[in-house]
Amino acid sequence: MVKEIDERIIEIDKEIEDILSQECKDEAKMYVLKRERHDLIKMCKNIEPHDKVYLARHKKRPKITEYIEAIFEDFFEQKGDALGKEDGSIFGGIALYKGLPVTVLGHRKGNDLNENLKCNFGMPGPEGYRKALRLMRQAEKFGRPIITFIDTPGAYPGLEAENNGQGSAIAVNLAKMSALRVPIIAIVTGEGSSGGALAIGVANSVLMLENSVYSILSPEGYASILWKDSTRSNEACSMMRLTAQDLKEFNVIDGIIPEPIGGAHLNHKAVFKMVDRYLGRELEKYSKMSPDDLSRHRYKKFRTIDQNYLNII
Amino acid sequence: MKLSVSKLFSKNSTLEKGANDSVVTVQKQEEKINSKEKGENSSDEMLECPKCKQTFKKIDVKENMNVCMACGYHYVVSADRRIRLLVDQGSFRPLKCKVAFSNPLSYPDYEQKIKSLQEKTGLEEAVYTGVGKIDGYDTVIAVMSSKFLMGSMGMAVGEKVTNAFEYADKKKLPIIVFAASGGARMQEGIMSLMQMAKTSAAVEKFNRNGGLYIAVLTHPTTGGVTASFATLGDITLAEPGALIGFAGPRVIEQTIGQKLPEGFQRSEFQQEHGFVDQIVPRDKMRDTLAHILRLHCKRGK
Repeated sequence: MVKEIDERIIEIDKEIEDILSQECKDEAKMYVLKRERHDLIKMCKNIEPHDKVYLARHKKRPKITEYIEAIFEDFFEQKGDALGKEDGSIFGGIALYKGLPVTVLGHRKGNDLNENLKCNFGMPGPEGYRKALRLMRQAEKFGRPIITFIDTPGAYPGLEAENNGQGSAIAVNLAKMSALRVPIIAIVTGEGSSGGALAIGVANSVLMLENSVYSILSPEGYASILWKDSTRSNEACSMMRLTAQDLKEFNVIDGIIPEPIGGAHLNHKAVFKMVDRYLGRELEKYSKMSPDDLSRHRYKKFRTIDQNYLNII
Repeated sequence: MKLSVSKLFSKNSTLEKGANDSVVTVQKQEEKINSKEKGENSSDEMLECPKCKQTFKKIDVKENMNVCMACGYHYVVSADRRIRLLVDQGSFRPLKCKVAFSNPLSYPDYEQKIKSLQEKTGLEEAVYTGVGKIDGYDTVIAVMSSKFLMGSMGMAVGEKVTNAFEYADKKKLPIIVFAASGGARMQEGIMSLMQMAKTSAAVEKFNRNGGLYIAVLTHPTTGGVTASFATLGDITLAEPGALIGFAGPRVIEQTIGQKLPEGFQRSEFQQEHGFVDQIVPRDKMRDTLAHILRLHCKRGK
């Protein structure tokens, strides 16, 4: 449903733009269009899981580079895994958050095909994960909190990625992140698929944007593994419990950051403001914790993350 | 090349205190499985090797640790048999960590599936954990079984693996994990994904406390298990010809749109790429593990 609405909104926006560009503006038509747009957005109040997947993957959804620009200051980009490669699908560096030095990093998706080719559509290889770990270890050395932005279709399933140890790179991140002695806040902003998302997601607090999704695998992959039919992905979306609301119920995430009705792409500024507010709150929470307690807190969080469902007899 | 299993159990070993009851049950289980095995395979049932296509008596292959006598192809071996092939006779006892069935996604027919697998394999879940002696050295052992829902990792597997690392940490014992898994357990969704973080964190804690972790990668080790505890060993061994990787070969072929080279993601490939210390055939596994354990026990003069 949301897909159709979104397509109609794009048409409406174009029509409105056309009207505005004309010398003699058709005010009446514009009123009707704006009214329709308003009503369409209102229809997005209660949406299905597969609609959320659509929104989470929306091309115009804010990207990590935009979040950094809007929420942080004085950003200094860092590149490379220092082992032989730079992976553009992980973007990160040092920045100031309200005057506090932090390390900020995450999956990078592009705004167009050209940009996406450079960052491999946000699908890191092992070098990307090793780069992320390099940045995070530095953050620990200098006592900087770490903020990660998660938005990936998954770790890249390619030949070179396997040659260079995709599995091991993710595993090492999970292990090392669990013990870091600085606060880690992870925010799922778009789609968080599989170990490729978790590899930068072992955080003290994991937040999700209202229409983002986080799952073991993409719904298409899930449908294809379980039913050998990737076209049943809508069904998989409902089955998988991948929405922020589901995951909050599961106790897998700590908070949901509200989005404008109709999706984050409709109002970037409002999203940045909200993310800023939630991020500030989370960082404040951990600012008084000792390094030992921070790593203990994170360990305990993941050690007991399944306690609502796990029964030991 | 042909090796009798009974030879491996010649060493006498002492039992841990209080472990006698559980040992008796394990022995009973072993007897049961042995008799079942005998009943299933009449002595002249034949087996064609999938690699070299030569045919041998099934019972002979079984006697040879489920390894092809001609080409050394390693058949899958049950978790129970794996342990019997490794430990000093009578020294093994299972760890007490029983996890009740749970279905977080309310996945249809999941419970029946698990129940029928439990009956079929005699295992509680896709991993079997315990403590035993290898050549006299006490060690925690976790063996995954690809016969149990492809060795996939759900909450029970994650908990048992984590528990084994915690136990090893507490008792200051080394741990050996035989990995065999298709990856995350799809039926448990995000809860399965979280096991990757849970187990990896447990390995890291154990690691920081100075524990020795030997990972043995067997056919197949893929997906979420490769991307978590299986690749975090201090020492990584692999059985010959095992498929080891993150993404499955089919997914990679679809992604890159071309056929994968011969031997891609096999143990030998992984060793060439620097991820495996040694490839160890099944008949050398016990000696190799004993060797590593010995080297970590010597205090020097």
